[in-house]
Amino acid sequence: MSTNQIPVGPFHPLLEEAEYFNIKVEGETVVDIEMDIGWMHRGHEFISEQKTFTQSIFLVERICGICSTSHPIACVHAVEDIDNIDIPLRARYIRTLIGELERIHSHLLWLGLAGHFIGYDTLWMWAWKYREPVLQMFEIISGNRNHYGMMRVGGVARDVDPDALPALLKILDEIDAKMEMIAKAANDDPVLKSRLKGVGVLSHRDAIDYCAVGPTARASGVKTDVRKDEPTDAYDLVDFEVIVTQAGDVYDKTVVRLLEIMESSKIIRQCLEKLRSVSGPIVNNVKEISPGEGIGRYEAPRGEVFHYMRSDGSNRPIRHKVRAPSFVNIPTFTASCKGIPLADALITLASVDPCYCCTERAIRVVGHAEQAESIDLLRLSREKTERIRRTIHGA
Amino acid sequence: MGWYNKRLAKSIWVFHISGSPCNNCDIEILDLLTPRYDLERMGIKLVGSIRHADVLLVTGIFNQKVAPKIAHIYKQAPKPIFVVAIGTCPTSGCCFKDSYNITAKREDVIPIDLYIPGCPPKPESMIEGVAKLVEVLNG
Repeated sequence: MSTNQIPVGPFHPLLEEAEYFNIKVEGETVVDIEMDIGWMHRGHEFISEQKTFTQSIFLVERICGICSTSHPIACVHAVEDIDNIDIPLRARYIRTLIGELERIHSHLLWLGLAGHFIGYDTLWMWAWKYREPVLQMFEIISGNRNHYGMMRVGGVARDVDPDALPALLKILDEIDAKMEMIAKAANDDPVLKSRLKGVGVLSHRDAIDYCAVGPTARASGVKTDVRKDEPTDAYDLVDFEVIVTQAGDVYDKTVVRLLEIMESSKIIRQCLEKLRSVSGPIVNNVKEISPGEGIGRYEAPRGEVFHYMRSDGSNRPIRHKVRAPSFVNIPTFTASCKGIPLADALITLASVDPCYCCTERAIRVVGHAEQAESIDLLRLSREKTERIRRTIHGA
Repeated sequence: MGWYNKRLAKSIWVFHISGSPCNNCDIEILDLLTPRYDLERMGIKLVGSIRHADVLLVTGIFNQKVAPKIAHIYKQAPKPIFVVAIGTCPTSGCCFKDSYNITAKREDVIPIDLYIPGCPPKPESMIEGVAKLVEVLNG
């Protein structure tokens, strides 16, 4: 049978971001998929190297609007790693609180979009309706619905008002009740089950081979979670579980995210309780950053986000490298999309919760056309890592 | 075109394209359609094709790869179409104005009629912006 090509994008009505897929089909079956990214490339790393350490936190927050506190957290971890800066206990709890609130809102957002992708707009409206209280909590804490601007090297920028705690706990109770309802409804729903079960399976082996991270890996039975593996902030002081399921299909990815919402809500409750008793400063003043390099990791809603900072003792980073979770999750499409019907391809693409804004910081130009395939990006990134390593060690 | 604009203002159909945003404004645009704000009660509807749209919402800076595509989409739109730029990025370039990949003049790519600044603008301010547009259309 001859192979046909179906172009999707760059401005497809279903996709929020500009992205382009070239899906090759034989009849109804997907045989190959090519991606063209770079529509979102804004040159973050370059701009960050022109800014001071404090300014680059503002900048990395704008890498992605959905996981907009994961990047700042990883970034401040990287800066703090250079000088082994300690942060006050209260600031650790506030960081964890913000990070987990974001996880809830991001997972609910994904759940809604997944519903939208399979033509199930009721789920979309529902999930987004119950996401609003989370944004309200953000508004109470930081004054903005997204882009909270809470992180600062050595602590956090803003304290949580003790008077606001009862109100926050009340909203959290509301969210908990709704989440239980929505999880039960999604679990019982025959439409979701028949549409998502057994679709776009990413096997355990593939998840390891493609170095998948976050819910994508955890749904395939790979127990990886930076919060547990290398606890930072208050994650070693709170009690929570890492959700792992085995099947690796889209349904399991949904289940992992739904259960993670519950775990996040558990963490938030513990943090809010602790914020009642733990008092003290929220930021350690950092006067200067000594020469050196540091790495920062954080478990973003989509998986591990990684920042690397190198300082020469001035107030600017001389190198800032970002690796976003979608960067490693997006290539898993090639493993999970092959051989499935075209109708299931889009939800499979969406199931890793791809964030192109986070990912796109490299374009390769071939001839006149700009081409960037995932394999190339991976190879380029590895070459670059090698190069950096060589310059550091002077070999 | 006064009579046409008045008919347009009754029910605005919007099409949304993202330049190179951080996603946040796009999410807030979608948020406007969900139950808390529910713009559909005012006849504002997100459509799947530019050929059905009366208003074009753009977010983000326009990088050099996406700019020709945005210009192409604008060309396909039935005129008159009103372009609303959402967020600080299309307004001033936000923190990306020093980037090597940004198109210097956004107005060269597409003409923009209305700016709604904010990073991201609150849904309330987006509604206000659209309400102002309706006011202008009604004359």
